[in-house]
Amino acid sequence: MHSSIFLTTHGVTTQDLENYLAAALERGGDYADLFFELKINHSITFEEHILKGATKAVNLGVGVRVLSGEKTGYAYSEDLNRNSVLKAAKTAAFIAKSASAGGTLKIDSPKLREHDLYSMASLPADLEIGAKLLLLRQADEAAHAYDKRIQQVQATYVDETRHILLVTSDGRCVWDVQPMVRLNVLCMAEENGSRQTGHQGAGGRQTLEIFRDTLDPRNLAREAARQAIQLLSAADAPAGTMEVVLGPGWPGILLHEAIGHGLEADFNRKRTSAFSGLVGQRVASDLCTVVDDGTIPLRRGSLNIDDEGNPTKQTVLIEKGVLQGYLQDRLNSKLMKADVTGNGRRQGYDHVPLPRMTNTFMLAGQSTPDEIIRSVKKGLYAGHFGGGQVDITSGKFVFSASEAYLIEDGKLTSPVRGASLIGDGPTVLKQVSMVGNDLQLDQGIGICGKEGQSIPVGVGLPTIKIQEITVGGTRR
Amino acid sequence: MMDELKNQAQSVVDLAMKLGASAADGFVREEDSFSVRVRKGDVETLKEAVSRSLRLRIFLGRKVASSQTSDLSPAVVDRLVKETIEMAQLISDDESSGLPDHSFFPMQLADLNLADPSWEELTPEDRIDLARRAEAAAAAADVSITNSDGGAFEWERSRTVLVNSLGFAGAYESTMGYVASSPIAERNGAMQQDSWFSIGRHRHQLETPEEVGQRAAQRVLRRVGARRISTCVVPVVFDPLTARTLVKHIFEAVSGDAIYRKRSFLAGKLGESIAGKKVNLVDDALRVGGLGSRPFDDEGVETQITSIVESGTLQNYLHSAYTGRRLSVRPTGNGTRTGSGSIAVGPTNFYMQPGETSEEEIIASVKTGLYVIELMGSGVNLVNGDYSRGATGIWIENGKLTYPVHEITIAGNLREMLQGISMVGNDIVFLGSVCSPSVKIDSMTVSGE
Repeated sequence: MHSSIFLTTHGVTTQDLENYLAAALERGGDYADLFFELKINHSITFEEHILKGATKAVNLGVGVRVLSGEKTGYAYSEDLNRNSVLKAAKTAAFIAKSASAGGTLKIDSPKLREHDLYSMASLPADLEIGAKLLLLRQADEAAHAYDKRIQQVQATYVDETRHILLVTSDGRCVWDVQPMVRLNVLCMAEENGSRQTGHQGAGGRQTLEIFRDTLDPRNLAREAARQAIQLLSAADAPAGTMEVVLGPGWPGILLHEAIGHGLEADFNRKRTSAFSGLVGQRVASDLCTVVDDGTIPLRRGSLNIDDEGNPTKQTVLIEKGVLQGYLQDRLNSKLMKADVTGNGRRQGYDHVPLPRMTNTFMLAGQSTPDEIIRSVKKGLYAGHFGGGQVDITSGKFVFSASEAYLIEDGKLTSPVRGASLIGDGPTVLKQVSMVGNDLQLDQGIGICGKEGQSIPVGVGLPTIKIQEITVGGTRR
Repeated sequence: MMDELKNQAQSVVDLAMKLGASAADGFVREEDSFSVRVRKGDVETLKEAVSRSLRLRIFLGRKVASSQTSDLSPAVVDRLVKETIEMAQLISDDESSGLPDHSFFPMQLADLNLADPSWEELTPEDRIDLARRAEAAAAAADVSITNSDGGAFEWERSRTVLVNSLGFAGAYESTMGYVASSPIAERNGAMQQDSWFSIGRHRHQLETPEEVGQRAAQRVLRRVGARRISTCVVPVVFDPLTARTLVKHIFEAVSGDAIYRKRSFLAGKLGESIAGKKVNLVDDALRVGGLGSRPFDDEGVETQITSIVESGTLQNYLHSAYTGRRLSVRPTGNGTRTGSGSIAVGPTNFYMQPGETSEEEIIASVKTGLYVIELMGSGVNLVNGDYSRGATGIWIENGKLTYPVHEITIAGNLREMLQGISMVGNDIVFLGSVCSPSVKIDSMTVSGE
């Protein structure tokens, strides 16, 4: 691909782009941008030993944003014809009320993004359904073969091919094509009327070649089946505060909820975050260094450019326990006089960009996972989690363990059922007393929601020990 | 306008049939929307747009595939129809698959009074003013309200059209307006945020922005100075906003999609007692002016009032045409179009019917316990009923609300929690398609320090 699909096949010209921006700024806004998006999604579902459903979705539109001080005007059109886009531009322009800034805009020919984190040579949109179906069949067979108590298997494959083109009134014209695939397996085990489920998923910004080795559908299926079977014999989870060891990888959702959201710039500019004004202060033990990194090749949370056309970066959020800075988009970085960090993201053309995370993880420490578990006399080990949530303003956050074990005298003993963990974002990492040498990123399944917008993200964590956190079980 | 949308849906169905489909349906929704958020008196974000989406199902005998597009240009739609047929060819036969039987389509459409054209009399300035007033009313309520997440106003008009190859063609229009206020209060450096909103299809259904702002202020002020408490087992009172999350779990557990897969703690329980005697639940698609009301569901089935729980006994599950066939019962008019065009079971107006006690009486009945005002996280397992969520609340002592508490969880199992509902309030507020009055559950584990 030598240029953006919007210019090569949708008939948009450089002159059009200049006209649209001029219309957006006709009432004197400070800045305007155009966000063209074409998103093609497929899904197939294998259940009850058959291919039960297949879907395809095509979403095309252009969003026009006008900034005037702290104000944002936004409109979009799902039709790329000139009159519709001009109408959207004039609607967005309504926000600004000063006299016209005047002058003419000059758009350079579009540039390809600066990073090259994923391939554009083969895209999920071009895949044949047969190859995807084979993966789901493999998952289904492996899960059923794992144990006769596995009564149901649902295997789902989804993909996305997202073309974007960003044109800004400060002269940036960049485009990207963002692939994504994901495979999920859900198993339900049943024994003596008791039912338990296990989930495992994986994916990233690739096509089907990702589903090899540990991400082979058969391995994902066996892991989902193992969790469901394990839970059949699980006891009730404990209640109260205790020492908790989090396993590596997906439990990094802790960082996403406890730290990440609270460090998004919008909340801090408005001083509505529990982290407002804490830059330079200690918010974690000195074992903790936390980064947000959108530049890791092929990862689910990675992007060549964010949805404002800026290259993604690695941003250090916490260095050796001290808070370093925030995740910035354009609007907030200007108002806070800080640098953009390439974290302006949006669900689609119908939404304004917001400061959002990419891949958020803690760097590895020195301890072995075994040392960490051995150091706990009585506590909980949690290795698999469902979702999480945070109250930005109070800083309280939860994340829900789906598989956990009691730790007794330095050993994992009985499995326990799911329970939520609740803590306080600005203080929980001060309780981190050991950090493992086994950093893992999650397998590519994260979805983050904020103000009604869902976007893909990644998380990561080495094994860590939290000295004290509240576990929400029922057993006292 | 409706005719244009109908023609669009009809032409897609016709094309699908011409290209070899054995049955098809086309669902078109057009949404006109306006939203504004005001912060500290100034407009922060103003957004306006018209969007259209076409969703399509194509059947080849007992095989089905579905698709969706926001790009309605003829070339894209034609190609999508062809691709959807190709997808359907690869699907396995599923004997329950297919359009609803034509006998389930309505002979004539109920008038549910879902649209109020008078919203359009409001100018953009009027709309901004509603948001501004909601924010200002909260800010004026108390000096400890020091910051704001803003005031908001949203309006939407949506037109829905469904056409299928069995000859059903229906359309309806609805409107919705929403006012919200989200103040932040502070004491000793600790901040709390809360909000209140009012929503309705008609202008007269909305509280005034002043009422919304004042209620938001009351809600945030009662959280200020929250502390932690020790782990205990106590009665828990859910306010209407948190109670509706319980009702949402019940909806998910009686949805035909969960029942036929046995992925519900309520599977196999029809006719059995599943909740306290005071619990009555209904799914009522026909509430006049209701937020979840609709004259036909998203596959054309006539909608109805379905009793879910009567005096604690489970009466019915909710079904689409597919889940109805799977379980050999009539569809209940709960077929709901997913984003990708397929059908899942969704609620209409699914709510717990109000009882006779006031919230004050419920609180007064608790010697020591928790009044829950916020729940967080996803710790609910509908397959087996395990429940564990983060909570914020107000501690009850000797029948009175005392101090706010936070950083706690509440846990139990939904089976026992529903049986443990011993009081139901008279204070239902219709804030969406799933609603509840306050409820009291006799015993849950509260985990804290």
